[in-house]
Amino acid sequence: MALTDISIGQYFPGDSPVHRMDPRMKLVLTLVYVVMLFLAGNFSSLAMGIILLLVVYPLSRIPLTLILKSVKPIVPIVLFTGILNMFFVKGDPLWTLGFLSISREGLRMAALLALRILCLIAGTSLLTYTTSPIALTDGIEQLFSPLKKLGAPVHEIAMMMTITLRFIPTLIEETDKIMSAQKARGADLESGGLFQRMKALLPILIPLFVSAFRRAEELALAMECRCYHGGEGRTRMRTLRLGTVDVLAALLVAAFLASTIFFSVAGAG
Amino acid sequence: MSTIIRTEQLSHIYSQGTVFEQAAIRNVNLNIEKGEFVGVIGHTGSGKSTLIQHLNGLLRPTSGKVYIGGEDIWAKPKEIRRFRFQVGLVFQYPEYQLFEDTVYKDISFGPRNMGLSEEEIDRRVRQAAAFVELKEATLQKSPFELSGGQKRRVAIAGVIAMSPDVLILDEPTAGLDPRGRDRILGEIKEYHQQQKATVLLVSHSMEDIARYASKVLVMNQAQVFLYDTVEAVFSRGSEMESMGLNIPQITRICRQLAERGIPISPQTYTVESAKDQILGILQKRGVK
Repeated sequence: MALTDISIGQYFPGDSPVHRMDPRMKLVLTLVYVVMLFLAGNFSSLAMGIILLLVVYPLSRIPLTLILKSVKPIVPIVLFTGILNMFFVKGDPLWTLGFLSISREGLRMAALLALRILCLIAGTSLLTYTTSPIALTDGIEQLFSPLKKLGAPVHEIAMMMTITLRFIPTLIEETDKIMSAQKARGADLESGGLFQRMKALLPILIPLFVSAFRRAEELALAMECRCYHGGEGRTRMRTLRLGTVDVLAALLVAAFLASTIFFSVAGAG
Repeated sequence: MSTIIRTEQLSHIYSQGTVFEQAAIRNVNLNIEKGEFVGVIGHTGSGKSTLIQHLNGLLRPTSGKVYIGGEDIWAKPKEIRRFRFQVGLVFQYPEYQLFEDTVYKDISFGPRNMGLSEEEIDRRVRQAAAFVELKEATLQKSPFELSGGQKRRVAIAGVIAMSPDVLILDEPTAGLDPRGRDRILGEIKEYHQQQKATVLLVSHSMEDIARYASKVLVMNQAQVFLYDTVEAVFSRGSEMESMGLNIPQITRICRQLAERGIPISPQTYTVESAKDQILGILQKRGVK
């Protein structure tokens, strides 16, 4: 059952102000937030990024355990980059052992980097936690719609993204079922060398691909039966509109961006 | 007769320790005798599928024990595959698990995993193919060019080829036409009789259960509600109906006829037996 426990990029339905925001605004503001984190060159400006998270997460009513869950898988990466920075940034040494030395600048750099990565993950997961995949692709499609004039198949790409996201849980479930069925016939997935294990995957991969193709064909047929013919002249059931929440959110993020730039340039801390 | 399947306070809880925590089966105590043909019924979400996946060790109990032939199957977790060969499990829509380039190779997947000799594998494959009435020519075809009903029979043969002592099938006739359904159930019955095997058949069709099973296991709300003979279970029709389950249509008709004073047994479970009784009554009344 471990396969069905995956929660990366999962959407958690809710009715908070953050959930109600326009997905386009959320996408833009997330991008601004990422830029803001990279503009922050010292602790006081980075603190702005942390405070923003502390304001928005409670508003979104996403449980604390979920945030920890999203951050957990990247802890090793954070530690690794942190340690590398600690040893390789040159400055006045605090502590030396042979060729290894830790400098004050190194420690500072490591801490900044670790905080920045953690904020990055926590901030971007907020987007996927509070936005349904459908709303997200809708938002992406509309944000990129100017590219249609250049002949880019924006609608088709967005539709492909929607379908991909929609089928991830289905295919995970399917994999689980096929694995059980082959195990019931004595398939041994756990032992043997690398080559043997790869060979043992064939009885799972082949039926999985066959069923993915079957599903694709069925879906294409069902879409054609409902006269789907691409994005041309297509209207939406729910049109995206910017509301008060979006304007407030934009102002909030703008204020934080301004203060980040201010603290960064002022160079204090 | 001796017990072949026994469970002791068997429970399985999904997503334990999270908000999604849910008991799929709770404190199940079962004793299934060797050679029995058991029909398993219960509406969706009653725990049938979870229960049967414990019997061959695909799922590990959250608590409680499973004994097959008197042995605790989780005593040595490394040897769990041994019990998967002893208890064959056919999943719903088993045709989606076919993967080899020929039917022959696909059926031989199970026996090959058992580590049998080539001659024995060949014997098993041919025997299993004969059970599900596959022609010799079909064995060399690709499983992907067969019809739906044929694919399903190939998949069932793949499990039968391991000659399990216990054969468990999860709705083996779902989505088949009446002829395909009767054919598959007939073949399962034949395996039951020839191999003296124990069979567990999960089904939503009370008619099929009444026709083939000797005992019925009724699951309700993650627990075993009843495990008794077909007669005993179907005589508690109103309780079954309150759980959203039916008794065979013909039983309901005979019951209502009996209530109106017609001398027909209210414990009639098959159309054939109802026909004989009605013809007898008509004869007595002088109708030809």
